[in-house]
Amino acid sequence: MTDAVLEVRGLNVDYGLGDDAVHAVRDVDLTLHRGEVLGLAGESGSGKSTLAYGLTRLLPPPGVIAGGEVLYHPDGGDPVDVLRMTLPELRRFRWAETAIVFQGAMNSLNPVHRISTQLTDVIKAHDPRGSSAARLARARELLRLVGISADRLDSYPHQLSGGMRQRVMIGMALALEPKVVIMDEPTTALDVVVQRQILRQLVELRERLGFSVVFITHDLSLLVEFSDRIAIMYGGRIVEQADSADLYRDPLHPYSHGLLNSFPALRGPKRELTGIPGSPPDLRAMPAGCSFHPRCPRALERCGAEVPVLGNPAEKRDTAHVAVGRRSPTDRTVACWLHPVHHDGL
Amino acid sequence: MSYLLKRIAFYLFTAWAAITINFFIPRVIPGDPVQALITRSRGQMTSDAVQSLYVLFGLDKDASLVEQYFTYLGQLLRGDLGLSFTYFPSPVSQVLGDGLPWTLGLVGITTVLGFLIGTALGTGIGWRRGSWADALIPVTTFVSSIPYFWLGLIAIALLTGPDSFFPASGAYDNGLVPNPDLEFVGSVLRHGLLPAFTILISSMAGWILSMRNMMVTVASEDYVTVAHAKGLSDRRVMVSYAARNALLPNVSGFALSLGFIVGGTLLVEIVFSYPGLGLQLFQAVGAKDYPLMQGIFLIITLSVLLANFLADVAYLALDPRTRREG
Repeated sequence: MTDAVLEVRGLNVDYGLGDDAVHAVRDVDLTLHRGEVLGLAGESGSGKSTLAYGLTRLLPPPGVIAGGEVLYHPDGGDPVDVLRMTLPELRRFRWAETAIVFQGAMNSLNPVHRISTQLTDVIKAHDPRGSSAARLARARELLRLVGISADRLDSYPHQLSGGMRQRVMIGMALALEPKVVIMDEPTTALDVVVQRQILRQLVELRERLGFSVVFITHDLSLLVEFSDRIAIMYGGRIVEQADSADLYRDPLHPYSHGLLNSFPALRGPKRELTGIPGSPPDLRAMPAGCSFHPRCPRALERCGAEVPVLGNPAEKRDTAHVAVGRRSPTDRTVACWLHPVHHDGL
Repeated sequence: MSYLLKRIAFYLFTAWAAITINFFIPRVIPGDPVQALITRSRGQMTSDAVQSLYVLFGLDKDASLVEQYFTYLGQLLRGDLGLSFTYFPSPVSQVLGDGLPWTLGLVGITTVLGFLIGTALGTGIGWRRGSWADALIPVTTFVSSIPYFWLGLIAIALLTGPDSFFPASGAYDNGLVPNPDLEFVGSVLRHGLLPAFTILISSMAGWILSMRNMMVTVASEDYVTVAHAKGLSDRRVMVSYAARNALLPNVSGFALSLGFIVGGTLLVEIVFSYPGLGLQLFQAVGAKDYPLMQGIFLIITLSVLLANFLADVAYLALDPRTRREG
């Protein structure tokens, strides 16, 4: 896979140490391609935010990375493992290559500093030699980029609306032209109208600037519309990964199916909204086998005993040549015993 | 700006109320100061002299209360606080002028130092939460609960003596004349060291504790995580994102403690016989020296008001959320 920009391999994140440790993220493999929007969906507690914090090494204690690697592929350079960077290397890497827009639109800006200070200090930290006038000009440009008038530079965060604050955060994320922008439920605190505006703007900016996005949300309907590819997380694992259109049309994992049936479609025939019975698993006492099997309507006997491996489903491989898409359908993976994995060697 | 004007008006009103109360208190509490003075001169006074004393102290029985009140206000405006009984015939303003520099010098400097050092230490300890530095916290909790005058008594008992470097009382050696020369300054520093140290220790501990706790709270705020994610240096995140915000609640506490510089450390001055306002107040109470008491109370009230005003201004400067848009 030559066009990968961020590759997560076997990432494990625990909260706490030793036997009491809670495994919040388990054996996650994920690849972000250049220029794509990768959606990461799942219920609360499925580990999606922990994954984002883990791969940027921002886990608050007692979170620890228990294993795996996060490979970043710079333009035309050798891949580097983010998890093995020294602290100064990590500081240089942060924001310049991978920026993050956080969940809380309201609290991401420091209330006592002006917008201009918070936009320019990141530029200064990564390029101390630039002039302050140049930094200010860049900050003005960034605000224009996200549709905020430049006279807001002198404002304090509390003088901006929630939507404006989140725009500022997006502008800030783009300050150093990173290759990857991770968005952790960036629009959760906003109303749907503002949510839409911001997402549309984000898509526009991505087309113009060509960065890749990891978009984390519990709102699958949003992802179906805005992302190229979707990964579904459950109980700390990725259970299905597919092009968003494929996933929407034909979810393989019963959990994805359940998620998709939890919201109504705008067009098309009416259908029963089912939702998913039960509640997300307790990470401290995960069920044996597939962690979804106690809630799964189609559980087999095998599901309670063995953990299904994420892989290309055999039946999709057979029909792969018919499908049309920009990526080969072998990209589609699922972890479910209903869809046995195709083994390349066999 | 209008907010600040409103605050100023409020403080002026409070100051007037304090001055008025200050006028009435000596007139309602029992005891006759002139009588006390006459007793001290063992009756060698003519009745004319007694009457002139009453007038002098502003306790003229012939004048009405309203008249006395306005005379009092007029005198106050001229900086005339009457005559002290204990330091008779020195005017109160002169007595206060003698004591105030010592109090400001000792307690003022230690209060500011205690705040600065305590805040800096608390910032560091809070930022490195969970490291060995946290072991200091129980110690500071313990120390901050010790009254400083008790600490002073212990210090005197343990560290002073005939051959000790630390003198047990006074602000400078008895034989010296206040001059800005090396010997006098050295003597002042030597005398100030022990009382300063006791105030510093006990006030610093409180600042360490509150700053550390605020740092721990602020460090889990989203904007601190964002600052880390931005790749800012650890120092920059600590100072500009965490400490800057954690400081806010401490600012008002600091301003209040500034207000208590004058009156709050009375006991330290008594313990060390330090010739500041606290000791003067103590003596004035013992001698029923009403004019001096009035003067000291006035200074205490005004300094508390001034400190509160400073807290308002500091908050306005440090926290943009308190500024109201015009």
